[in-house]
Amino acid sequence: MLRSLQIEPEKCTGCLQCEMACSYHAEGVFNTAKSRIKVFTFHEEGRFVPYTCTQCSEAWCMHACPVEAIVINETTGAKEVIDDICVGCKVCTIACPFGTINYNTETKVTYKCDLCGGDPECAKACPTQAITYVDSDHGGLERMRAHAAQNLPQEGA
Amino acid sequence: MKHVVIGAGPAGVIAAETLRKVDPSSNVIIVGDEPEPPYSRMALPYYLIERINEQGTYLRKDSSHFSSQNIDVIRDRVSEIDTKSKSLKLDNNDSILFDKLLLATGSHPIRPPIEGMDLPGIHSCWTLEDGRNIIKRAKPGANVVLMGAGFIGCIILEALAARDVNLTVIEMGDRMVPRMMDQTAGNLIKDWCQKKGVNVHTSTRIEAIEQGSGDALKVRLDNGEKLDADLVISATGVAANTQLLEGTGIETDFGVLVNNRLQTSHPDIFAAGDVCQGKDFSTGEYSVQAIQPTAADHGRIAAMNMVGKDTIHQGSVNMNVLDTMGLISSSYGLWMGVDGGESTNLIDNERFRYLSLQFEDDILVGAQSLGLTQHVGVLRGLIQTKLKLGKWKEHLIKDPTRIMEAYLANTQAIGHNAQVL
Repeated sequence: MLRSLQIEPEKCTGCLQCEMACSYHAEGVFNTAKSRIKVFTFHEEGRFVPYTCTQCSEAWCMHACPVEAIVINETTGAKEVIDDICVGCKVCTIACPFGTINYNTETKVTYKCDLCGGDPECAKACPTQAITYVDSDHGGLERMRAHAAQNLPQEGA
Repeated sequence: MKHVVIGAGPAGVIAAETLRKVDPSSNVIIVGDEPEPPYSRMALPYYLIERINEQGTYLRKDSSHFSSQNIDVIRDRVSEIDTKSKSLKLDNNDSILFDKLLLATGSHPIRPPIEGMDLPGIHSCWTLEDGRNIIKRAKPGANVVLMGAGFIGCIILEALAARDVNLTVIEMGDRMVPRMMDQTAGNLIKDWCQKKGVNVHTSTRIEAIEQGSGDALKVRLDNGEKLDADLVISATGVAANTQLLEGTGIETDFGVLVNNRLQTSHPDIFAAGDVCQGKDFSTGEYSVQAIQPTAADHGRIAAMNMVGKDTIHQGSVNMNVLDTMGLISSSYGLWMGVDGGESTNLIDNERFRYLSLQFEDDILVGAQSLGLTQHVGVLRGLIQTKLKLGKWKEHLIKDPTRIMEAYLANTQAIGHNAQVL
């Protein structure tokens, strides 16, 4: 069964362990600027929101690529950039409506979350389970439940 | 069912693959008039810097891709379309009958009406063959004049500079990339190029090109200056390939006119990509966008409608991303703003950074950026989902860089909408 990253922002403390683990795995350095997952900060609300590619089924990046440099990993379902084929035209970076595929000005190719081949480091590094790697259906079910609950009258009301 | 696609660019290829997928028993034929396997013009600048070889420009890397999908690729030019008998005539005199036809004939570089344009040593940068010719003439130390600083002109600047040529750019507009960026951004791109050693003349026209001594050319400018040139590259814009449709009764304007199903004035003929005057998401009007993502949208949607799977084209967002000698710019939608709208921008001249956002009510409708390579795509998301920004519009007016936060705050469980407070 395909699995996906489930992110629960309300559990995030903003520690950036996920960014450190990601950049180390993907680039061999501890440098949050090179991470595929990003923790966005909301000072006014006192909240943190980790966000990365959801491996969306529309695959905007993949369909926009002119040279077939983005392919689906059949095992994980991740959309992966093949560095050797990417020419660095950046069309995918403007086509992805979530802003989760970016251009690396040093390597001159684009990069995105590839689920670490099926064992995502961010989820393993997260100390509060704000990021977990779960069965895709499970995540969907939880989201459906949460959404349905919003539309129900409050208990006792 | 027999589907014929004229044109082997992204729109044609994506359409053919979609046709194969949704109508497995049909005949699918692509007719393309270039000798190479289907390739991407987007990749040509990277071929010029020799980062990739010719195969690196191919749209599909597996050489048996089309045959394995049972898509016939015919390399010939269509000389005639007969809309009554629903047939095509090829240059080799073969005829092809069709049930449904897709016009994905693309566009061609405009040839400016300048004296001397016939001389050898003047090339456009549009086909692989053009690329080979440019590589031959652009030797280290050669004098190269680039006519036009639009999208194509700017994107090949780096390739030319990397070949150590002595480069001069002539643009008749008052700034660089005038159809994609505003005055501020266009001028910053010009400053950037000049700092990198490229001579840039804006608000300047080439009056004539004359033969110099030997193979050399003389380029005469309207300010009286004369430039020596071993190579002149003409990049003054493109126009839709509609010549083939003359006398067919298929209606054209700047491109082929279509409805929101990408169907032309002939019910069995559709159009897609650069040749198609399709719906613009932002304006609701029909215009020729001539960009890769729109070609991909068109190809898929036209194919669905060709097989009778009714699919409405909601309009494509006009968007561009450009790398001018390492300075990355992008623009989206109504980047020039709207009447009665509001805008905000952030500029850092020293670091060549610029971000400009355009709003209508509390919805983002357009944007431009310079030097932004992280999360830029969310601008498309904000525009295309017409996300109501609410209080985040004010946050963005104060700090336009918080585009991701604006998106997340309105779509994810954060703060009060997390229902944990």
